[in-house]
Amino acid sequence: MTPLLQVKGIEKRYGARIGCADVNFDLYPGEVMGIVGESGSGKSTLLNCLAGHLAPDAGQVIFDTRADGPVDTVTMSEPARRMLGRTDWAFVHQHARDGLRMNVSAGGNIGERLMAVGARHYGDIRDRAVDWLDRVEIAENRVDDRPSAFSGGMQQRLQIARNLVTEPRLVFMDEPTGGLDVSVQARLLDLLRGLVRQMGLSALIVTHDLAVVRLLADRLMVMKDGHVVESGLTDQVLDDPQHAYTQLLVSSVLQV
Amino acid sequence: MSDYNFAYLDEQTKRMIRRAILKGLAVPGYQVTFASREMPMPYGWGTGGVQVSAATLTPEDTFKVIDQGSDDTTNAVSIRKFFEKTARVAVTEETEKASVIQTRHRIPEAALTEDQILVYQVPIPEPLRFLEPRETETRKMHALQEYGLMHVKLYEDISQHGAIATSYAYPVKVSDRYVMDPSPIPKFDNPKLEMAAIQLFGAGREQRIYAVPPWTPVVSLDFEDYPFEATKADHACDLCDAEDSYLDEVILDDAGNRMFVCSDTDYCRARREAGHVGRLGEEAA
Repeated sequence: MTPLLQVKGIEKRYGARIGCADVNFDLYPGEVMGIVGESGSGKSTLLNCLAGHLAPDAGQVIFDTRADGPVDTVTMSEPARRMLGRTDWAFVHQHARDGLRMNVSAGGNIGERLMAVGARHYGDIRDRAVDWLDRVEIAENRVDDRPSAFSGGMQQRLQIARNLVTEPRLVFMDEPTGGLDVSVQARLLDLLRGLVRQMGLSALIVTHDLAVVRLLADRLMVMKDGHVVESGLTDQVLDDPQHAYTQLLVSSVLQV
Repeated sequence: MSDYNFAYLDEQTKRMIRRAILKGLAVPGYQVTFASREMPMPYGWGTGGVQVSAATLTPEDTFKVIDQGSDDTTNAVSIRKFFEKTARVAVTEETEKASVIQTRHRIPEAALTEDQILVYQVPIPEPLRFLEPRETETRKMHALQEYGLMHVKLYEDISQHGAIATSYAYPVKVSDRYVMDPSPIPKFDNPKLEMAAIQLFGAGREQRIYAVPPWTPVVSLDFEDYPFEATKADHACDLCDAEDSYLDEVILDDAGNRMFVCSDTDYCRARREAGHVGRLGEEAA
């Protein structure tokens, strides 16, 4: 089977400092990969490099496109990369405000990606927006409300709906549950797990919350100071950490 | 003799503006940057249009200025006087006799010909501005033809008002390439954008010039199930009885009386002289 995403030797430097370096992995269709590490370990830099938001200084990000098979997205043309960003890729920001248009209604937010790829039938767009609101457990009668009238958890679910409406194959998530209280987190994780399994999505989830990766991720990468220090199956890494930093990370979680 | 250089601006400036105009004509709908000058009038009064007119006028031209269709409002009168004084060109109020027409917010009712140039005053040239505040991003969106956002605005209209409520500055796609703001003309005028005359758009404060060459396809954006409609008040003109012209609503008193009159004063005058009389009109003497 061809990997959906092949990452080869990705490196990003900020001047003399290392953002992330020498990152290699394959992601297969339907697989969820977690990336954990402390603040400043290069997780978000890595994710932004992979999603095309930052230009890496070295390495390849090879994505298995529907039309042309595996293509290096770092060297592909910008229009093609932006097209991927609207169709086969999705990016869920930590702060819903970064990923939503706050002055556009929920329906418009969900419809934007559809209209960006050429949908021009209002009735169809609206039907799909309502359908997706339902799938992320937002009441249908909120379709014309602006996200500013939504709670934090609802905004995050709306952001997910907005991203998944074009049925992408790869979802980048940057701390999707950050800043939400625990019960809302639990519902969001439940929802995400359902959607990922149901749609057969591949996902890269950056987080510092081990519970999130325990629930969602098949595989796990642990980053420290810009380098991957340990990787493997999630349960294996979390239950039998080998690297000193991973041991510290696992033992730092409070047991209630 | 006038102490001004012909049409106020110096020759180098006019040359620079003409270059921008030619580029705009070569790439219909594309916003060309130009080094907009300070004009002896405030921004918002048509400094862009005035500069384009100044670069376009020749001593043989006949000049007409309309503001919301009217020849006799402050803005129209002052710009007309400005060029009378600085360029000493002939001026007229009759659409057919003018070779250069500067307009604010309307296209004349009379069909323009290949010998005419229509110059628009544009306040905000960027159709995507209210949806995407970053100039770097809107430029990229134009370059890559990423115009989905424009439909988000129309979607919002329908979801809130049940119909596309945008009634002026209605976005159009020019020559199947660039999405363009036709300046705040009523959408009633949108179908007329495909015309025989050259159309030039000048935005002074925003320092942009764009253009639509004669007979360039101009399509108003819409949805399949909510097609574009050119709307006007559902009345006939109360002075000249025209049913096909864009109407202004005028409140007459505080008892609810009102009248509808052509916004194009020249068109209305010509019709009244030809003997048409509306509900509140008087027979021409």
